[in-house]
Amino acid sequence: MNFLERINITKEILIFTAILIVVPFVLQNEFHFQLAILAMLNAMICIGLNLLMGYAGQVSLGHGAFAGLGGYIGAILTTEYQFNPLLSILSAVIFMGIFAFIISKPILKLKGHYLAMATLGIGVIINIILNVEYEITGGTDGMAVDSFILFGFELFESMHWYIVVALLLVFTLWIFDNLIKSPFGRILRSIRDSEKAADCVGINVSFYKSVVFTISVVVATIAGSLYGFFSGFISPQEASFNHSIELVVMVVLGGLGRLYGAVIGATILTVLPQLLTAFEEYETLIFGLIIIAIMIFMPKGIVSLWDKILEFKERKFAKSA
Amino acid sequence: MLKVRSVTKKFGGLVAVDNLSFDVKKGSIHSIIGPNGAGKTTLVNMLTGVYKLDSGTVFLDGGDITNIPTNRLVHRGICRTFQNLQVCDNLTVLENVLLGFDKYMSKNLLKTFFRSQKILDDEERYFQRGMHLLSLIGLEEYAHKEAKNLSYGILKRLEIIRALATGPELILLDEPVAGLNTKETQEVSELIKLLVQDDVTVILIEHDMKMVMDISDTITVMNFGQKLAEGTPQEIANNKDVIQAYLGNEGHHG
Repeated sequence: MNFLERINITKEILIFTAILIVVPFVLQNEFHFQLAILAMLNAMICIGLNLLMGYAGQVSLGHGAFAGLGGYIGAILTTEYQFNPLLSILSAVIFMGIFAFIISKPILKLKGHYLAMATLGIGVIINIILNVEYEITGGTDGMAVDSFILFGFELFESMHWYIVVALLLVFTLWIFDNLIKSPFGRILRSIRDSEKAADCVGINVSFYKSVVFTISVVVATIAGSLYGFFSGFISPQEASFNHSIELVVMVVLGGLGRLYGAVIGATILTVLPQLLTAFEEYETLIFGLIIIAIMIFMPKGIVSLWDKILEFKERKFAKSA
Repeated sequence: MLKVRSVTKKFGGLVAVDNLSFDVKKGSIHSIIGPNGAGKTTLVNMLTGVYKLDSGTVFLDGGDITNIPTNRLVHRGICRTFQNLQVCDNLTVLENVLLGFDKYMSKNLLKTFFRSQKILDDEERYFQRGMHLLSLIGLEEYAHKEAKNLSYGILKRLEIIRALATGPELILLDEPVAGLNTKETQEVSELIKLLVQDDVTVILIEHDMKMVMDISDTITVMNFGQKLAEGTPQEIANNKDVIQAYLGNEGHHG
């Protein structure tokens, strides 16, 4: 085993890092940067959600709300109570982690559609609370969030944000890849395929479901609170049912149970609507048609294109050899 | 080693298993047979913690294991297979076996996230052992194939090997040869004999009488949730009650 294999630096992560390095040179204005950062934050949430949905096979229609609530906690602690932003995010992570672990026990006993309904319900409740408790959250108008100051250095320029979020994204990809390639990852996949099989070899299925749910909520919380600090503003829109659905679509469109599928899905679904604004009133229609076309022609997600490329290369190699 | 004492399970008004007691000797193949609906699978589910008993106790090597959940029973040395195959389709054959070793492997989250040497060492060690187990049943060549691509007969054996990987003292096999052809049945029989050589005690639920008569040390016959007879294959084959239960009263006229 060579060194790169030992520390699990794959071809994929090298290519992805290279792309992240090149992208800032292509981006032309502030808006492009904002879009890129938003795509990366969505990608982070999707990586966690994909672990839950694609690997462990448990659906969640509440992750937008979890990310939003986490974002609010971070925002409120810093803006209202002058917490150091890092401490705010850490507090949000601890709170949301405990919250997720507690609610996961009863709701992950449910399966399929019922689980979807339960997570949807919790998401809607969170959204209503954020809307109604306007004294703390600013209600439907949302609230301004103080800037992110770290060790006296204010994260202000988009380029700085880009670097921070990109590093975090690559790190997230790396630890999730490690997780997936470990006995822990194998357990999650076994739960997706057959809970009975997992149970009969001694795996505490409900415990692992709770852990993976908690991990995915924690990652969503980190991304959600970073979004608040980055945009300087947070509203219940971030915790809406719409956002939760968008996240699920990103994961499915990119490729369920594929690490980079989540990243590709998040990027395309964040950027595509902006590219389509040229079509004006037909924007949503064309957007919908593109998604339908992707799902028809690539039912295993966009990431399956990568498999096709590899397959093609292999065949060519076999021929020439 | 296993002592079952007056266990009862009711579903509403139906008494599926009624005040049943029996002993399983260490290192033996103990078959449980009976007509459809006799309560055999219910019994397996009761012994492996899937169903809670309405009354009765189960002892393993003197320790009370009544109503311990399935996943904890594995740590006490009991593992089972299922009548309707429970194999992880999207995992490779080897990964399915590795699941069996799960209880020995480190799943520490921090070590997992940062890919500690312990995690890699475990993986390497159990990879070797998994391949060894597969070689026992001649499945090494399928090790890296996804389970869904393999035949039912192979998967039935894979499920037993996975149970063996958990390092059990007692394995419960719920109809391991149901739906298999003669050759595949033979292969499963060989595998069961291999388990016993490995000092594993086997409880076998099966309808294939030829196989049961061939390999069992003791047979318990159930009917309507109760014990009808118990003895060696020879004794059971000549037991009037058993013949009657299987063939009905008409059997005597012919």
